[in-house]
Amino acid sequence: MSEAVMEPGGTAGVVNDFARDKQVFGVPWGKAMMWIFLLSDTFIFSCFLVSYMMVRISTTDPWPNPSEVFGLTAFGYDVPLLLIAIMTFVLITSSGTMALAVNMGYRKNRKATFWLMVATAALGATFVSMQAFEWTKLIMEGVRPWQNPFGAAQFGSSFFMITGFHGMHVTAGVIYLLIVANRVRNGFYERCGSNYEIVEIAGLYWHFVDLVWVFIFAFFYLW
Amino acid sequence: MGYVAIADRDHDIEHHDPQTFITKYIWSQDHKVIAIQYGATAIFVGLIALGLSAMMRLQLGFPDTFSFITPENYYQFITMHGMIMVIYLLTALFLGGFGNYLIPLMVGSRDMVFPYMNMLSYWVYLLSVIILIASFFVPGGATGAGWTLYPPQAIMQGTPGTEWGIVLMLASLAVFIVAFTMGGLNYVTTVLQARCRGMTLMRMPLSVWGIFMATVLGLLAFPALLVSAIMMLLDKGIHTSFFMPAISSMGADPGYTGGSPILFQHLFWFFGHPEVYIVALPAFGIVSDLLSTHARKNIFGYRMMVWAIIAIGGLSFVVWAHHMYVSGMNPYFGFFFATTTLIIAVPTALKVYNWVLTLWEGNIHLRVPMLFAIGFIFTFIHGGLTGLFLGNVTIDLPLSDTYFVVAHFHMVMGVSPILVVFGAIYHWWPKITGKMYHETLGRWHFWMTFLGTYAIYLPMHYLGFAGVPRRYFAMGNTDFLPDSAQDLNAAITISALFVAATQILFFINMIWSLTKGPKADGNPWQATSLEWQTPDTPPKHGNWGHDLPECYRWAYDYSVPGYADDFIPQNVPASVAPVGRDHGGAH
Repeated sequence: MSEAVMEPGGTAGVVNDFARDKQVFGVPWGKAMMWIFLLSDTFIFSCFLVSYMMVRISTTDPWPNPSEVFGLTAFGYDVPLLLIAIMTFVLITSSGTMALAVNMGYRKNRKATFWLMVATAALGATFVSMQAFEWTKLIMEGVRPWQNPFGAAQFGSSFFMITGFHGMHVTAGVIYLLIVANRVRNGFYERCGSNYEIVEIAGLYWHFVDLVWVFIFAFFYLW
Repeated sequence: MGYVAIADRDHDIEHHDPQTFITKYIWSQDHKVIAIQYGATAIFVGLIALGLSAMMRLQLGFPDTFSFITPENYYQFITMHGMIMVIYLLTALFLGGFGNYLIPLMVGSRDMVFPYMNMLSYWVYLLSVIILIASFFVPGGATGAGWTLYPPQAIMQGTPGTEWGIVLMLASLAVFIVAFTMGGLNYVTTVLQARCRGMTLMRMPLSVWGIFMATVLGLLAFPALLVSAIMMLLDKGIHTSFFMPAISSMGADPGYTGGSPILFQHLFWFFGHPEVYIVALPAFGIVSDLLSTHARKNIFGYRMMVWAIIAIGGLSFVVWAHHMYVSGMNPYFGFFFATTTLIIAVPTALKVYNWVLTLWEGNIHLRVPMLFAIGFIFTFIHGGLTGLFLGNVTIDLPLSDTYFVVAHFHMVMGVSPILVVFGAIYHWWPKITGKMYHETLGRWHFWMTFLGTYAIYLPMHYLGFAGVPRRYFAMGNTDFLPDSAQDLNAAITISALFVAATQILFFINMIWSLTKGPKADGNPWQATSLEWQTPDTPPKHGNWGHDLPECYRWAYDYSVPGYADDFIPQNVPASVAPVGRDHGGAH
């Protein structure tokens, strides 16, 4: 019957193009599902960040100055946000190695894919370790989720909650990457013929976690 | 994450039929079995919530009569009744139950795209139900904060269940959201990516559209509930002050400072209003299919119906603060949210007109599912119109927190979706079980439920106008209320107990059908959509035998002129039967 159908143009044409084919998006199921999950996860982090902004506005005590609280003394100088700058650099570098791993995966270079994924996971683990260091430092200085010596109690609450939730995402990502990397190494994906899409799907998650960090960095540390 | 596609291979079918009882019925990855597990669990907790409402009605109708209902119990009953009905019954039943059963069958797929995750979804949902039920038995009992769980009172001393009840409630919600996300990702991806050949989006039955859009709303709205649950758990557990202002409790200072209770309300209703449509949109979709099938007529304005579902879904994210007119937020917000709320009435009214126009000059068969579908139109119009009252700030202010609100939301998202649930169960029962039910018993069930619910909720509007506040354990000697308000309350209680008791008819019918019911034909309603065209009834694992179906037309080719039968299934080629109105386009 297709020969008799007039093709609509304009908006109707766009709608028809999306509605028509068997698959709305020309990607594997797993990738489509990961995109939808990340959209949902975006709403979780947005809710966290908006809530943080609102308690920051509503609290009656003064908000601590982040560049002082998060400063480090290096070589006798007080450098604001030093650790956070390094952490951010590490995490963004890990996105680079992840992108290379995806590329190597599609080239069927198993060895390079494996090592690049391990590097990505190692950088992620480094990030989490530095976060643990930062938490320890702040806890030693008397910052608690329910109070802190610098000002509004909500500073500590929001900090531990949001970086903690993000840190859990990074930790989960490290485990996920290591599982996939191991399967790349032992040839699991060769056998089931999935063409290493899973490396890209894991990469989507990893880039998302990095992107979220950029927003946390901007809204929490720079504001 | 195992990444093995099983559902889309036309010729090398690699799914393995489960062999043992355990893999077939318990740890099953078959969407139909998971759907029945979801449905049975949801109906089970729904019965608990029904029992709780009967206890509340006993107290309201006959105060000072029942010594076993204390004020603390009453608040616990209210809270658990609301939470169970909205989330653990309706959301789980429409999406986990009907969504799981209908999506793969209606779009012509063998299963959900990730069956293992689908199975996990059910078991995690069961875990959330167990946590919820456990909260009745912990020290202090279940939480009595009201289903909205507003802080500060939800975690302050004096509210029932602040010891453990509120913690288990919030934990259960978080676990439920994990379960829903695993299922929801499956439903959305299956609809988008795994339809059979020729099944364009604009050929899908409206049931699938409604469930699909509701799932999208859930994936975007539940995050707000998850975040508020985490923050309240922190407020309760380690004394952060996200939601808790500096406050004095029983003369002592609990140590909170500077939090924002209104923030919780914003987060809660950013979830809570889309939640209304998570429950309503599947009902809209299913009722469209019931009306069309049993009126032997194509749904009126299919394309508009789809766009209305999408528009309602989008708008539902920008109306949330109409639940908060009296919360003390900025009054200008009220102006904005009243406007968006009234705009949402446009696509909703469009759907109601289209349902009525579908019936117009149809060949109406008043079978049990059709009765429930028509009953839905009545109760939904009723609840929708009172929504217009409450959407306006100036009318809402005096009516807020009265029984008018209780009547409104029970009509629009209690009774209406439940009527559709019953209609849908009766409609798909022959496909799910392969047995017919008892028609006369079903009709009795409908009429007693339908008229009974009117006897409950219609008088509540008058109580609300009279100023009877909701959530009160007893009114005592309240001067502004006439004595007749109490008489009305007693009458409502009798109706409520009557309606609750008549639900036994439904279960008798189902048991009768399973044991003595006549065998059902594969397509007893002569319907067009794909789930009725399966080679086996009930459908076997893999749904379609060796070959996937192919779709040639929309789902509403009823009474097409010039064709002998009054229905043409979606998998009948155009060369065999004329194509009615088809908006779907070629594949």
